[in-house]
Amino acid sequence: MSAPKTDAIKTESRKAEPPMIESHETEPPGADLPKTSAPRTPEQPAVLSVRGLGFGFAGETPLFEKLDFSLKQGEFVSVLAASGIGKTTLFRLLSGLLVPQAGTIAIGEAGDAPAAASKLGKIGYMPQKDCLMPWRTVLDNAVLGLELGGMPKREARRQVLKLLPGLGLDGTANKYPHELSGGMRQRVSFLRSLLGGGELLLLDEPFSALDAMTRVGMQEWLLQVWEQHRTTVLFITHDVDEALLLSDRVLVAAQSPITSLNELAVDLPRPRSYEFAMDEAFIDLKRRLLGLIGRGARGSSEEAGRLP
Amino acid sequence: MNERKRSGKLAAHMPVVLFILLLAAAWEAGARMFEIPHYIIPKLSDVLVSMGDNWRLLSKHFAITLGEAVLGLGISAVFGVLAAVWIESSGLAKKTIYPLIVTSQTIPIIALSPIMVMWFGYEIWSKVAVVILFTFFPIAVNTADGFRSADPDIGELLRTMGAGRFDRFRKWKIPSALPGFFTGLKMAAAISVGGATLGEWLGGENGLGMYTKRASNMLRGEAVFSGVLLLSAMGVLLFLVVLAVERAALAHRRNKNE
Repeated sequence: MSAPKTDAIKTESRKAEPPMIESHETEPPGADLPKTSAPRTPEQPAVLSVRGLGFGFAGETPLFEKLDFSLKQGEFVSVLAASGIGKTTLFRLLSGLLVPQAGTIAIGEAGDAPAAASKLGKIGYMPQKDCLMPWRTVLDNAVLGLELGGMPKREARRQVLKLLPGLGLDGTANKYPHELSGGMRQRVSFLRSLLGGGELLLLDEPFSALDAMTRVGMQEWLLQVWEQHRTTVLFITHDVDEALLLSDRVLVAAQSPITSLNELAVDLPRPRSYEFAMDEAFIDLKRRLLGLIGRGARGSSEEAGRLP
Repeated sequence: MNERKRSGKLAAHMPVVLFILLLAAAWEAGARMFEIPHYIIPKLSDVLVSMGDNWRLLSKHFAITLGEAVLGLGISAVFGVLAAVWIESSGLAKKTIYPLIVTSQTIPIIALSPIMVMWFGYEIWSKVAVVILFTFFPIAVNTADGFRSADPDIGELLRTMGAGRFDRFRKWKIPSALPGFFTGLKMAAAISVGGATLGEWLGGENGLGMYTKRASNMLRGEAVFSGVLLLSAMGVLLFLVVLAVERAALAHRRNKNE
C-alpha cells in the first residue's frame, strides 16, 4: 500500500519531465532495430492490466464478465468488435469515466486505477469525435493536457510548436478548428491525446467519421507518427484491415457479454504501409481474423466451455 | 482588401439607410400636406429644430437616462450570470430556480414597476430597479441555456485529462456559455432603455422619460418626438455596443453551417 508515495513521485516526475515524446526513454529495447517483428518480449512490464472486469448498465444484460487482458510497454493493440457490443464502454472504464462493478484495471508500472491515472496524466483518450474546442486555436487545443497538468502556458506552447511539423500540422498553429479539414482535426485531436497521456493512448475509432480516402491517409500517418513515439496504444475499431495494418496484436470481441478476447498476433514487419494490404501474409492474417470473428459471432456456446 | 470589405459593408447597409430617409421624407411631406396639428404629429423639421434648441437640456437628460440603463444593465449582467452559474452548478437549483425564472418572464413587469418606486423612492435607484426587472431575466435564462449547450463530450475528455470541477467550468463551461450570454445581453440592452423610461414616468425629475411625459402634458408634440427619437437612438446605441463587444469576443468562432 505504498500508493500515495508513488503518486507523489509520479506527479513530481510529470512536472519535471512532462510526457514529452522527444525523449525515447520509454522506448522498449530493440525498438530502434528496424524490421523487427511486432510481438514484444514477455519480460516487458504491463502498461495496462485488466483482471476479472465486470460491468453492465442497470437493467441491461452485462457487457463484460470476468474479462482479462493486458498491454505491454510499447505495444499497439487493436480491439475489434461489432457495434453496440460495448467498445466505447470499455474505453470509458479504462479512462476512468466509469467505474468497474467487478475486477480491477491497473495502469502503468505503479498500477494506478484509471481515475487516479488520468489525474496523473498517464492516459490519453482520443474520442470518436474530434472534440476540439472551437474557441481555441490548434496550438491552444493541443496544449490542453499539458496546461491541466500545471505546465506554464508559454512552455507548453513551445513544446507543441516543436511537434507540429512531425504530425503534418505545420502552419496550422494559429488556425481555428473550423478552418481545418476532418483529417487535420483528427491529427490535432491525436496530438492533444498524445500530450495528455504519458503512458497509454486510448483511441476510440478515431477515423470512423472520415471518408475512405482520408482514412487511408490517416492510417498511414498514424503508423508513421507511432513509429516516432512508440507510445502504448489501445485502438478500437470495427475495420478489419485497419486493425491488421496498425497493430501488433488484434483482440476480437464478438460475443456478448464479453468474457474473453480472442487474440491474433500480427507478425508483420514494421515500418508498414498500406501496400501491405496486398501481401499474402496480410491476406492470410485477415482470413484467420475473420475466422475468429465468425467463431465468436456463431454464439458464445463454444466459448462457454472454454477453460479459464 | 480591407477597404473593399468596408465598402461592401456600407453597400449592405445602404437599403436600410435609404428606407429611413424615405420614411423621414414621407413624415415631413405628410405632416405638411395634411396639415396635421403639431400636438398629434409634428413636422420632422420642427422636431429637429426643437432638438437643436434644447440640446443642452436634452443631452443632460440623455446622460441621466443612459446612466440608469447602463447601471441597471450592468447589475443585471452580474446577477444574471451569478444566477446562471448557480443554476448550472446545483442540480436542485436547476430543477427549482430555472423553471421559476423562465415562467417569471410571463409576469407583466410593467405592473410590478410601481412597487419599485414604493421600495426605492424617487431617486435614481427606483429607475435602476425597473431596468433590472426588465433585463435580469433574458441574461439569466440565456446564459443558463448557454451553459446547458456545452458539448458533454468535451467535458468527458477533460475528465480523462484529470481536470477537476473548477477547471472544467473555467475551460469548457464558460467559453461554451459566452454566445448565450451575449444573446441575452443584446436582448437586455435593447429593452433597458424602455425600463429606464418607464421608471422615470413613474416618478422623478430627470431623464428623457420624464422629459417626454412633461412635454406631452404640455401638448408639445415636437418635444415629445425629439425625446422619443433620442430614446430609440440610445437603445440602438447600447445594442450596437454589445454587438461590437460580442463580435470581438467571439470573432474566431464560426458555425460549420455558416
